Order: sequence, then structure tokens, then C-alpha cells
Amino acid sequence: MVVTADIEKVTSVLEMVKDPEIPVLSITDMGIIRNVEMKGDRPSITITPTYSGCPAMDVIEEDITIMLKLHGIEDFELKTEISPAWTTDWMTAEGKRKLREFGIAPPEGTSKSALLGHDPVVTCPLCGSKETTVVSEFGSTACKAQYRCTDCLEPFDYFKCV
Amino acid sequence: MTEKEMLVDYLLRLGDNSLILGQRLAEWCGHAPILEEDLAITNIGLDLLGQSRLLLTYAGEVEGKGRDEDKLAFHRDTMAWRNFLLLEQPNGDFAKTMARQMYFDAFQYLQYEALSKSSDPQLAGIATKSIKEITYHRRHSSNWVIRLGDGTLESHDKMQTALNELWGFVHEMFDMDDVDNAMLAKGIGVDVAALRPAWDQYIEEVLAEATLSRPYVTWSVRGSREGKHSEHLGYILAEMQFLQRAYPDAKW
Repeated sequence: MVVTADIEKVTSVLEMVKDPEIPVLSITDMGIIRNVEMKGDRPSITITPTYSGCPAMDVIEEDITIMLKLHGIEDFELKTEISPAWTTDWMTAEGKRKLREFGIAPPEGTSKSALLGHDPVVTCPLCGSKETTVVSEFGSTACKAQYRCTDCLEPFDYFKCV
Repeated sequence: MTEKEMLVDYLLRLGDNSLILGQRLAEWCGHAPILEEDLAITNIGLDLLGQSRLLLTYAGEVEGKGRDEDKLAFHRDTMAWRNFLLLEQPNGDFAKTMARQMYFDAFQYLQYEALSKSSDPQLAGIATKSIKEITYHRRHSSNWVIRLGDGTLESHDKMQTALNELWGFVHEMFDMDDVDNAMLAKGIGVDVAALRPAWDQYIEEVLAEATLSRPYVTWSVRGSREGKHSEHLGYILAEMQFLQRAYPDAKW
């Protein structure tokens, strides 16, 4: 069934597209969707990549296309813009909460402080302790660092600030 | 060269640097001394690959001859590549990989900081995005140089040897040729010669903390801007381009 698209409809469909590497987060939570507008009857969606080389981006574009078509929105424009550059500051509060519940520590502080080299105080997503140490600033995906909690001794992922 | 050809060449220099270093780092996959480092090196390589995709795609668009990122990456032979000689040097031991990385990260950080103010909005956008990643890369390689330099006698020696071996390759990064000067005049490019003092200062601060010495090496080599490469680039391309050479335009 082909439905008439409007901003509300498109936005609610995009909300259903998840990050393929962190399936609890929608791409809206991630701050990947930069703009949704109507150009006449045709929705135009602008997305921005997280990391330059993030392999999830290709999958995300495909998933957006599939999800929109599945909901009857056949005709749309999907654009990628790299500027302004994506930052973890755009992640929603809801997104940060979902990350923590999933066992990944959400970004702490602002992108600027992290890039100036200030070590963040990262809260363990498992026991809530602030006694944590960095194991490596690079982790299982481009966006994560590896941490360890010195209270509960569990290793965990930290979604690093950029 | 026309102005357009100069811009294409300038973009290829930037994109080729990221691609060739990214390819080199990928060789560490499964071979790094510890798992965390295996992940780190390949993540950094992935960032570089991403940068090169943006830059080569843009170079192809400016050129307007229908070459996309893949054509530029897989259908060019050694003489057409514009990456620094430093970046095609073999990985060697872990110290050598980190020396190469720190020399380049420190340079790329300064270069991209300046490029983020480029009068070319697309290039400025790519630089602004990439510098966030480069910040992490530079901290990572510098920390390893400090850790190995200020480590055991053996790690100290290996780190110093690696720094010395690659020193002769760093100077060409700061050369300015006609293309660089033309791009600088247009406000698109960067005066890399002017970045040398800041680079020297950064390297000296890291080396001081690492208890290492600034290399005293009198030789230097140049030539990447004219496509004059060391023997190593051919081997990199032979591996990287094999599939597209054997099965042209093969797709996943």
C-alpha cells in the first residue's frame, strides 16, 4: 500500500531504524538524522555519518530505504551531509539512558573536553561505580573505548566523546 | 596544469596519504602484540580509509571524468599515487609502526586543523570531521612512543632505532610545490612549510617525556608529489588492487 507521506509519518518510521551495531539505539537517538522535510509530496531526509569509516553507515542507508518502503513510502530523497560534523553531543538523553541499560557507558561531558584530552569520569554501567579505568581508547567499534570497573571488576564498553 | 587539475592532484595527495597508511595498518590485523592493540590499529586504519573515501570521491567529482573512489583506488599504478614516502614504508616491528604513525598523526593534525578553514567548503567539512578522529590517533601513537621509550632498555633502543630509521622521510611532508602554492593562493590549501615549527615542538615534547633523542640523521628523500615512490608502494598496490585487476569492476 502506498501511503501519503508527511513529516510526522516519516519521522515515526525513521524512529524504527536501529543502529546495526547497537540495536537498542535508533538512528534518531544517535543524532544521525539531521533533517526531515517535505519537498512537495516527496520527503527529503538528511543523514550524517558518525565516523568517516564506520561500516554501519552503508547498512543504515539500506535499512532506512527498506523501512520506508515497508511502510508504503516509495518515493523519497536520502542525502548524506558531513558538515556540520557529527558529535556525541547530539545523542538524545533517551539514547544515553538506553545505552546504559544495554551495558554501554554513554558519552560523558562534551565533545570539546574529550578532544582537548581531559580524561572523563566514566560511570560503570553495571554497578554504577565511578572507580573505572581506561583499558584502550579503541574498542570493538569505531565509536567505543574499552574500560574496566575497579569495584565490580567487570570490563565494559564506553561510547567515547567526539 | 589547469586549476581544476591542480585541485584534483591536491585532493589525491590527501586521500592517498590516508588510504596507503590505512592499508598498511590493516596488515596488523590479527598480528598485533595484544588484542586491544589489534583493535586499536585496525580502528585507526578504518578511520583513515573513511577519510580517503571522502577525499577520493570528491577528487573524482571535481575531475568529472567518471572516476569514482574505487576507480581511483584500484585503477591507478604507482606513478599516479601521491602519498608520502613515509606512509608506504613497511610496518617493521611495533616500534616502527608507532614511529611512522606519530610522525604522520602530528603532521596530519596540524594540516587538517588548517584545512578545516579552507575556502573549499567540501574540503573544510572533511577536515573538520576527520580532525576529531586524528585527535585520538595522535594521542594513541604518542602514548606508545612514551611508553616504549620510557620502558625497558630493549624497548627504549627499539623505539629510538625506529625513530632514526624513518626520520629521513619526514622532511618531504613540509615541502611546497606549484600545486601547494596555487592551492594556498586560492585559500583552499595549507602552507605546510609553516607547520614545521609546531610539528617539531610537538615531537620534541613527546620525545623528552619518552627519554628519547631527536634523531640525528642527515639523509632525506623526497618525490611523492611527482609520483616517485620507493619500491614498497608497488607491493602494496599489488595486494590491494589484486581483485579489481583480476576481475575488473567486480562488486560485492
